[in-house]
Amino acid sequence: MSESLDVLAGLADKVVAQASAGEQVEAYVSRGGNTDVRVYQGEVEHFVSAQSEGIGVRVIRDGRTGFAYAGTLDPGAVDEVLAEARDNVAFGTVDDWAGLAEPDGVARTPQMLWNDTLAGYATSDKIELAQELERRTLGHDRRLRIDDSNYADAWGEVAVATTTGIREAGRENGCYVSVSTLADDGDETQTGFGFSVGREPGEFDLDRAAREAAERATRLLGATKPPSRRLTVVLDPFVTAQFLGIIGSTLNGESVVKGRSLFRGRLGEMIAAPGVSLVDDPTNALAYTATDVDGDGLAARRNELIVAGELRQFVHNSYSARRADVRSTGNATRGGYAGTPGVGCLALQLQPGARSQTELIADIDDGLLVQQVSGLHSGVNTVSGDFSTGASGILITDGALGAPVREMTIASTLQRMLLDVVEVGADVDWLPMRAAGVSLVIADVMMSGS
Amino acid sequence: MIDQDVCQRVLARAMSTGADFAEIYAEDKRSTSAGLDDGKVEQVTSGRDRGAGIRVIAGETTGFAHTSDLTEDGLLAAAGAAAAAARQGDGGTRTIALTKATVRRPQPVERYPDGVAKADKVELLRRIDESARAAGGEIVQVSAGYGDSVKRVLVANSDGLLADDDVVRCLLRISTVADGDTGQQTGFTSLGHTIGFEVFDQVDVEELARDAARQAITKLGARPAPSGSLPVVIKHGTGGVLFHEACGHGLEADFVAKGASVYAERTGELVASPLVTVVDDGTMAGEWGTLAIDDEGHATQRNPLIEAGVLTDYMWDFLRSRKQGRAPSGNGRRQSYAHLPMVRMTNTFVTDGDSDPDDIVRSTERGVYVARLGGGSVNTATGDFVFGMTEAYLIEHGEITAPLREANLIGNGPQALRDIDAVGNDFVMGGPGTCGKDGQGVPVGTGQPTLRVSKMTIGGTAA
Repeated sequence: MSESLDVLAGLADKVVAQASAGEQVEAYVSRGGNTDVRVYQGEVEHFVSAQSEGIGVRVIRDGRTGFAYAGTLDPGAVDEVLAEARDNVAFGTVDDWAGLAEPDGVARTPQMLWNDTLAGYATSDKIELAQELERRTLGHDRRLRIDDSNYADAWGEVAVATTTGIREAGRENGCYVSVSTLADDGDETQTGFGFSVGREPGEFDLDRAAREAAERATRLLGATKPPSRRLTVVLDPFVTAQFLGIIGSTLNGESVVKGRSLFRGRLGEMIAAPGVSLVDDPTNALAYTATDVDGDGLAARRNELIVAGELRQFVHNSYSARRADVRSTGNATRGGYAGTPGVGCLALQLQPGARSQTELIADIDDGLLVQQVSGLHSGVNTVSGDFSTGASGILITDGALGAPVREMTIASTLQRMLLDVVEVGADVDWLPMRAAGVSLVIADVMMSGS
Repeated sequence: MIDQDVCQRVLARAMSTGADFAEIYAEDKRSTSAGLDDGKVEQVTSGRDRGAGIRVIAGETTGFAHTSDLTEDGLLAAAGAAAAAARQGDGGTRTIALTKATVRRPQPVERYPDGVAKADKVELLRRIDESARAAGGEIVQVSAGYGDSVKRVLVANSDGLLADDDVVRCLLRISTVADGDTGQQTGFTSLGHTIGFEVFDQVDVEELARDAARQAITKLGARPAPSGSLPVVIKHGTGGVLFHEACGHGLEADFVAKGASVYAERTGELVASPLVTVVDDGTMAGEWGTLAIDDEGHATQRNPLIEAGVLTDYMWDFLRSRKQGRAPSGNGRRQSYAHLPMVRMTNTFVTDGDSDPDDIVRSTERGVYVARLGGGSVNTATGDFVFGMTEAYLIEHGEITAPLREANLIGNGPQALRDIDAVGNDFVMGGPGTCGKDGQGVPVGTGQPTLRVSKMTIGGTAA
């Protein structure tokens, strides 16, 4: 353990040691920093270098919960946070299931979350990476302009301790580059983006980031609004990853115990086509969000959610699991010291199929390759299941890609889309999201255009 | 929060490598939130966020560093880091003399929320839970969130500006779930103001709760939304988000400067129906996007953007207005001390027209009546935008008829602005919004009278 991590763990222990009889206390202490370089036309537009730290304290007494946090680790502020959390206990409603997580004996799957090369990477090299990405992207097509080219990295250390025996500490770091593009043709402008992530800059694929940013912007030039109709869609891996994120939220155990999940009461039933198997596996080191512990401090674990179309289980943190009378699935999520754990999927993946995207497309007479969606936050309701989102992409006619289209929507319901899955592609892409990308074919989706 | 002479020494350090401009933005925020879900007050949370961000500009490069350590040593270290990040050079010694600005606050605060008992805040949530559940047996779940914050802000810069303010906010959000034969449906209402706890004496929170319940219950009988192009009448209030997305973002000077806006180089041109006047106004008393000073220390103001369809001006942050040699428009904002300021909207709205809102519906043969819009997003370079309709009805033969299930609307900003063919005389502001841009969220207000867009694409599933 690093020296500074020892300090954090010591601070967490110190807070927990102040618990009175009959009181459960959790202390979550973190510290982190980030670098953010933005380049525009070869010059540094901004360079941000920042550090932050903070503590969150949760107190539970007689079934009532109180919480407080502060964005500082000043000793005075830490004392104040514990006092505030205790004061807040009085205003909570008694909840028989309230309680902190307890160690459950599940072993951690070790992950390589910290990289010394990144920690020692020179500032001038970070700037050079963003400049190089801008140059390579521009080299792809003379219709391109660059909106911005970025390098960013972040590191964080966390220690969590509870009176129930949780005592975890760890650190991680990571970095990415990204570029935003504009492509012009006469009066028309289209936009694109590309990115690459890594544990350290040596893992970046700048060529792919540049190529994708160029392609995304130029392929939509000349796109028109298509006539409305029902058709088969192929979701690009990047779109599938976003779609899986939404499906994951419908399998949230907290929503289930609170009676507002689409799939409550349907364990053991077929909720998807037989070709759909969905796993949440943060222990898979290939996943961008791979981790060894969850937000409760329990070991992260592999959970099969849908197996050949059958709903097998929901994801839980320790609280929702207690209410549902099951074991935690290690799916506590936490945004940082300023909040308490929620429930969420950590690293979703669809069981891949055998065929490439080109092969999937070859079977489709009238379809749409969906390359980008917008308005997922406004057009999808995970309680009612209504799904409606802005989309752009390329029409598929008689098994081949045709004209680019934009300014339309695609719509169905989440329930139907899962049942209407025709095939999953073989092209798994480990994107920097909570779900892996893969091409996904869904039948009978309504496209609304002109 | 920070003494004037300390500010002066920190700015001098920030300018020591030959920068053109340096700025300190410091905040000390105390917040309380409480969440009720599933009939229980799950948790009351107290928060404290305090720190300073230091920005140094040299040529085209901005260096930025922030710290949660507000001692002189902490600030000097951050100033040194920001200066080093901006550019190496030899600036010699420069003395900064600060002059404190007079800040005119849009509305006095009567009851600072940090002085209100937590029990009173929790009591609001209980009343909401009770009222929403009493609205109908179909209501199976209610969740409600209360939040308040008192944020002391200080801005000082190397031009000699020194300004401070207290920003007070109170927020309520109510979500309901109704259960019926067709599955579950949701309802949502919210209110947010930049005034104190007195807002809850002025607003009927029980009615707000019943409205959230009514939405969910009504939608149990909803049919799938149509698919394709139809006239859309948007009820006053929540439709302001259309203008936030369709033109607001495209009028932000940073997008314009990089040629990433469909409205670049178009001032003086007719960009909307002559019925349309759009204003961004950070001075409106009590509204969610209201501020006395923006996050670069400049007074907010009322900025007309489109007047009778003609594009009059963009919104500016200090960096870009300084470069252009023009006065700032008070639109430089940031999420917190840990973020760089950008051009952002405050309260963006369409002003009243002449039409009677009932006549607008009556003169629509077939279309969609949107009673409540959800969130949206826009691509400023293409003008394409989407937003969700969370409560909508069919219009048939000039009458509002069947409720519709949720769907997104999609359109192109400049086209939608030209297609507005009726603007009502019933202007109101809508609920509180959070506008996201480049990873930062800031509170914004929107508003509009009832109006009609002659055609928009509705992303439903019904033929």
